Amino acid sequence: MSAKRNSAIAAALLAVVTLTVGCSEKEQVIVYEQGKYQGKPDTKPWENAPADSLHTTSTWTKGDKTSWEHALNSRTQKQNEYTRVE
Amino acid sequence: MARMKFLCDAERCIACNGCVTACKQENEVPWGVNRRRVVTLNEGVPGEKSISVACMHCSDAPCMAVCPVDCFYHTEEGLVLHDKDLCIGCGYCFYACPFGAPQFPQAGAFGMRGKMDKCTFCAGGPEADNSPEEFAKYGSNRLAQGKLPACAEMCSTKALLGGDGDVIADIFRDRAMKRGKGAEVWGWASAYGKPDHPEQKAPQGAKS
Repeated sequence: MSAKRNSAIAAALLAVVTLTVGCSEKEQVIVYEQGKYQGKPDTKPWENAPADSLHTTSTWTKGDKTSWEHALNSRTQKQNEYTRVE
Repeated sequence: MARMKFLCDAERCIACNGCVTACKQENEVPWGVNRRRVVTLNEGVPGEKSISVACMHCSDAPCMAVCPVDCFYHTEEGLVLHDKDLCIGCGYCFYACPFGAPQFPQAGAFGMRGKMDKCTFCAGGPEADNSPEEFAKYGSNRLAQGKLPACAEMCSTKALLGGDGDVIADIFRDRAMKRGKGAEVWGWASAYGKPDHPEQKAPQGAKS
């Protein structure tokens, strides 16, 4: 009788532990990792020659980033009407 | 160069949709895809404001963070571009973007989404510059032609500025300082001459 009772208590305990573990919540927040670009490489805009472009008024030296930036910045000034009037 | 940026001056935008049209025409954007659009706040109410919205090419772009296939990249000029060959059209970037920039063409029956399309700052994508392949996938590559985005260059009131962040910030600062609100308003001196009595003050309001 006692052995039966002991095994019943053990089974009950096991059930309680199993249920408790089964119902508990695991940490689900993952650590965010920034991915890396997986696509094709892109060319730089200043690696083109102005002569390859259609109807452009900008001039820069092919492969020279500084001259391309200078050309673009002076073109940007065309959006500033204060430099055109008064 | 700092980095490329857009700046829309809500004081100037008249919601003419010229920028939208310029973008559509320049990049041959298909029906149902709007890389740029004009939003009007308080429409019909005096003091309504309009603003032209497209991809802002964020520094810490949320679209880039959520993309499951990592098809986004930052260029040296600070632009956020993407590789359409990798895009699976999941739409995560659309939900992440605070500006509603990512657009999806309807690619077939049952409302299937095609590959994401968005403003490229007229800088094309990862194909040979100004090639037919680049144009078909991403539209015009004006930066490689030494030009600025078509929307900004076409803006009739120059409300939309596009270019190097430092340069357009200087233009905007200069404008905000000069435009004024009274008789010093821009263009009046040229159009109507100097005031006859510049020392004359505006009448002061008083309780009767």
